[in-house]
Amino acid sequence: MVVKIKGKVFVFGDNVNTDEIIPARYLNTSDPQELAKYCMEDARPGFGRRDDIKGSIIVAGENFGCGSSREHAPVAIKAAGISCVIAKSFARIFFRNAINIGLPIVELKEADEFEEGDIAEVDLENGVVRNLTKGKEYRIRPYPEFLMKIMEAGGWLEYCLKEVGE
Amino acid sequence: MGKTLAEKIFSEHVGRDVKAGEIVLARVDIAMAQDGTGPLMINEFRELGFKEVKVPKAFLFIDHASPSPRKELSNSQKMMREFGKEMGVKVFDAGDGISHQILAEKYVKPGDLVAGADSHTCTAGGLGAFGTGMGSTDVAIIFGLGQNWFKVPETIKVVVNGKLQDGVYAKDIILEIARILGSDGATYKALEFHGSCIENMNVEDRLTISNMAVEVGAKAGLMPSDEKTREFLKKMGREEDFRELKADPDAVYETEIEIDATTLEPLVSLPHYVDNVRKVSEVEKEKIKIDQVFIGTCTNGRLQDLEIALKILEKHGKHPDVRLIVGPASRKVYMDALEKGIIKKFVELGAAVIPPGCGPCVGIHMGVLGDGERVLSTQNRNFKGRMGNPNAEIYLASPATAAATAVTGYITDPRRFI
Repeated sequence: MVVKIKGKVFVFGDNVNTDEIIPARYLNTSDPQELAKYCMEDARPGFGRRDDIKGSIIVAGENFGCGSSREHAPVAIKAAGISCVIAKSFARIFFRNAINIGLPIVELKEADEFEEGDIAEVDLENGVVRNLTKGKEYRIRPYPEFLMKIMEAGGWLEYCLKEVGE
Repeated sequence: MGKTLAEKIFSEHVGRDVKAGEIVLARVDIAMAQDGTGPLMINEFRELGFKEVKVPKAFLFIDHASPSPRKELSNSQKMMREFGKEMGVKVFDAGDGISHQILAEKYVKPGDLVAGADSHTCTAGGLGAFGTGMGSTDVAIIFGLGQNWFKVPETIKVVVNGKLQDGVYAKDIILEIARILGSDGATYKALEFHGSCIENMNVEDRLTISNMAVEVGAKAGLMPSDEKTREFLKKMGREEDFRELKADPDAVYETEIEIDATTLEPLVSLPHYVDNVRKVSEVEKEKIKIDQVFIGTCTNGRLQDLEIALKILEKHGKHPDVRLIVGPASRKVYMDALEKGIIKKFVELGAAVIPPGCGPCVGIHMGVLGDGERVLSTQNRNFKGRMGNPNAEIYLASPATAAATAVTGYITDPRRFI
């Protein structure tokens, strides 16, 4: 897991749903690179095909990823090269899917203090998010203990297999 | 201290008493994926090195784009059928219907833990089962291990008392709940339904309400299992699957909301969020023209939904400018509707009756809208682009409101047609 992430911010609103993140009409494939092209398509058409999104950070409002259970949503975001999603809150299924596929996501109540183009830095290990452009720093709630254990075990499956026994 | 329904069901599946907030490993009774999420689930299953399916009941459903409209999807579906054969997993195919409806008809028992790679798996809550939607990786793990980790959710108690007036239905109750809680008001939590209105409601209506629990962010929408549940299971030819299951009277809830059914009016959810709810009687004044009406889906595609809609349309006729699409939720619903002459009447009225399945709700086929067009649908979700075109508008309402709208051509309160 990358513990320190830095990138340019793209700002989205509240309730960004999975139909906007990856519309069903593009779900002809499970290939991450194909899905990446249409990442955020119905929230911001053409977003997934921009040259400048690699390594960037999506910052959004409440309830990011609500709607369908399609894991293609975090997969598309990750494959598009987005390094992290910061949101005021996440929908439950999206949160789980993102953890399972290794897309770093961070809950930050002050997410709306970011503006498009700001440079953000996320320090997962120390639980800090910085807005380098505005010179601001925020403490974030670390992942729940159980999820940290999953990560320490080297992934969710490894943890589960160990717990369940052979 | 007493238990909520969620705590009861998880305690049974963990093997000890568990409380809200705990993270537990629980065994799963029923797991499934559909043709949107299934191919990815199968890839993960194979990548993780599983050799056999260990969950007691595992199913694959080809319902989202079925029969397939494109060769890429046909190839994914082919792969699902091959996996099903190889692993001994039953595949429900074109013409069989929507996963959640089939599960309710044939398999879900009160107290079951049901995990599906589809967000509306919470429909199973209508039978007193803990149904919840998960991603493909999570379901692949359940296929392989028969269990997964869950956080036992806190519960919001939803009390619905009183009798609904004519023309107001279960769909209006869940839209009212969406209006009150908002689209993330129950995130990570379970809804548990109580009150005289719920007690007097049949399972078909309960399924409609539980189906949309996820639209307020909930992990599950749990109904009690009572005599109404027994009636439904008996009708499905499996009364032996019944057992009574209710929360303890002294269970602890996170919050409680109360709804007076007697004063509830027909409601409609406006684009592009489910919680953007208003009274149909108010919206009607704006004369919002509707191009297409869709009656169907896992929310409202059951026999009684078709009957309610037909009763209005039969009496008043369909507006010539409205395209009416009717989709029975399952093969059984389709057969029952055929036997009762309902399908014939819909066809005579000018409707396009589509094969059982998700139909236009998922935006892949069978009713994709044109730019600037508006649809009123009995489905559960009206996100921008949901039905295949981000430049179209989706309105959500009950089958009665849908039928009344198909009569006039604009969003219409059904009460004056009843």
